[in-house]
Amino acid sequence: MSDNRTGLQGPAPDERPHPDGRRNAQGIRIDPEAESEHEPRRAVFSAIVEDEPGVLSRVAGLAARRQFNIESLTVGPTTVDGHSRITMVVEEPEPGIDQIEKQLAKLKPVISVGELDDDAVRTELVLLKVRGEDPDKVHAVTEMYDGRTLDAGSETITVQLTGDERKIDDAVDAFRRFGIIEIARTGQTALAHGSKKTVPGEEPGTSGEPTKPNTNTQ
Amino acid sequence: MSERTAATTDPDATDADDDAAQTPTEVTSGSTAVVRALENAGVETAFGVQGGAIMPIYDALYHSDIRHVTMAHEQGAAHAADAYGVVRGNPGVCLATSGPGATNLVTGIADANMDSDAVLALTGQVPSDMVGSDAFQETDTTGVTAPITKHNYFASSPDTVGDTVGEAFALAAEGRPGPTLVDLPKDVSLNETDTEPGPAQPPETCRARTDPADSQVEAAARAIERAEKPLLLFGGGVVKADATEVARQFATEHRIPVVTTMPGIGAMPEDHELCLSWAGMHGTGYANMAITHTDCLIAVGTRFDDRLTGGIDTFAPEAEVVHIDIDPAEISKNVHADYPVVGDAGRAIERVDAELDEGPDAREWVDQCLAWKDEYPMDYAAPDNEPLKPQFVVEALDEATPDETIVTSGVGQHQMWAAQYWTFTEPRRWVSSHGLGTMGYGLPAAIGARVAADDDETVVCVDGDASFLMTIQELSVAVRENLDITVAILNNEYIGMVRQWQDAFFEGRRMAAGYDWCPQFDKLAEAFGARGWTVDSYEEVPDVIEEALAYDGPSVIDFHVDPAENVYPMVSSGGANGKFALSEDQL
Repeated sequence: MSDNRTGLQGPAPDERPHPDGRRNAQGIRIDPEAESEHEPRRAVFSAIVEDEPGVLSRVAGLAARRQFNIESLTVGPTTVDGHSRITMVVEEPEPGIDQIEKQLAKLKPVISVGELDDDAVRTELVLLKVRGEDPDKVHAVTEMYDGRTLDAGSETITVQLTGDERKIDDAVDAFRRFGIIEIARTGQTALAHGSKKTVPGEEPGTSGEPTKPNTNTQ
Repeated sequence: MSERTAATTDPDATDADDDAAQTPTEVTSGSTAVVRALENAGVETAFGVQGGAIMPIYDALYHSDIRHVTMAHEQGAAHAADAYGVVRGNPGVCLATSGPGATNLVTGIADANMDSDAVLALTGQVPSDMVGSDAFQETDTTGVTAPITKHNYFASSPDTVGDTVGEAFALAAEGRPGPTLVDLPKDVSLNETDTEPGPAQPPETCRARTDPADSQVEAAARAIERAEKPLLLFGGGVVKADATEVARQFATEHRIPVVTTMPGIGAMPEDHELCLSWAGMHGTGYANMAITHTDCLIAVGTRFDDRLTGGIDTFAPEAEVVHIDIDPAEISKNVHADYPVVGDAGRAIERVDAELDEGPDAREWVDQCLAWKDEYPMDYAAPDNEPLKPQFVVEALDEATPDETIVTSGVGQHQMWAAQYWTFTEPRRWVSSHGLGTMGYGLPAAIGARVAADDDETVVCVDGDASFLMTIQELSVAVRENLDITVAILNNEYIGMVRQWQDAFFEGRRMAAGYDWCPQFDKLAEAFGARGWTVDSYEEVPDVIEEALAYDGPSVIDFHVDPAENVYPMVSSGGANGKFALSEDQL
């Protein structure tokens, strides 16, 4: 069976012409002399979802299996029956942020999803439980950060604070001197500024009207 | 044999289906609503395995005209449904009971998910009031399968379960195809309802955009016009969108060379002058040269899998990328798309074609691609002093079978040789496990393909010894159903691709790679009730193939091939496509 079979022929790898071009890790063509990488940035997504069992685990599972770095995830009902809003803060390089939005849009319970602009209104709520030995000073710091005392006893004081992430971080630092016993943060929730739509298809000011599904056309 | 089993295997019964209109199942319960929804969706065949929690669905199937093929293992049911869908072009359906039945489907569902194959899986579940109690044969099936389905459903009421099944079926086929699953608690199936399911509709939140945006079409057309070295890359999406004719027309009209992905095999006839066959790890040298040097890669229906791209840094490094895909999430996922076009493959190609003022002038480039075909021909050496070569067996099978033969395969060296040395000229004829790489896919896939195909079509399964052993029990199904399938085992007594990698990258330490303990496959085939042969020499090959093909039923040929033969060309994992090795010393 030797006939005229010769096996694979042709120049060896090093004898072939090879182009100089290169792509970076995101598959974008780059100047090989000046390698550039995208810095991670923080993005806030808002999604209107069908309020069905397992929707949160679908969103969380998607992020986990695609290795998206979630900073926080909040969910709550809207004024439309059967619809909830999920707010998700992520930190990723640019192409990854686009991927998250497109992958979220593919989930069946996701009706519409969009990234919020920088001017969006954002806030977070934190509950702080500190030692109760110095109630006056705790009260003063709470006032300074426009907080409220929810529970005060001889051993512990629990306060509530709201605000953007920086304010909360600062406040937590300020409370450290009293000895923080426990802390619970909700993560950010957010809405678009003014009359902008928070997610595509949403009609602000007409609450009660269901949000229309949005076809993601890239 | 039960009355029902006898009826399904009676050829007169299936013939009657063609003439007489189906009698739709009367809806009296959740399970009859499920079966009615399947009938409404046009389902003719389902593959599955019985079990406690799915019994009500099977009971409803008893009176239905839907043909049920009992498989030996649920994994086989999922693969058979997958292959059935590939050949037919509409979703395949598989059934399994709760717990182990459902988990046995998982490999097949994951396989369908990776290859974007439309499959509807129906699983039994413990009764609703026992869910969460760790009941007998309870598994959180929707939890387990969420990452590997487009979407899955937990049926909550007999009144809505029919619509849910219809929606799941439609969703499997909508846009980019994929698997869906409906988990059916036993009480939902058993409880009474007379609510008939409506027409099968995909969910509103999952409707795909089919007609691309004007701006995207225009930008893509301008990029193609100015290209000097344009190259078309046809992925599995071209086949799934039934866009083969439009795609071929576009390539030939503008004289643009074509490479395919493995799932895209058959989108362009491999004997066409402009077809460079498939690119990637074991693709042809000329396809990999073309993809390395193109300045405009027009990719249609592909997700740029790593086995195609090799290292991203060196993938099509000179090319502006036009990426046509129906799934926006594939755009710039792995390879940045300079010109994305989101829409149906056929429609998008038509729109881009209409937008082109004139095609690219690429005569020199075409000549270069054709020169690469001569420079790096696909060939294997077959000296007299070496054992039978597996590539020869593939060529002999291709030679002996009609042009439009359906070929299924397992995963490994035999799969690569089948893809390399079989000349495919039509879509939906190469049925394999690409993305997941599931050994054992070949035989159950051949069963699904055989059931899906017309009687006058030929179905061949090219398998490996280790792959065949993984789902060999399905041979009993092929015998019971008298399915005309020819299985060709390229038996090298190794899990061969692993052995090849051990020799190349692990200094020849062949840990757990030897399969000389495999049973005698010809005798085993006979024990199942199939025909079996063993072939050791070139002389026997043509006659045994002829005999096996002539046998009207399942046949198994155990080809004892050269255990030392390796698959080349090869792009090393993460390496540059243009640096494909022609032999181990070039790796």
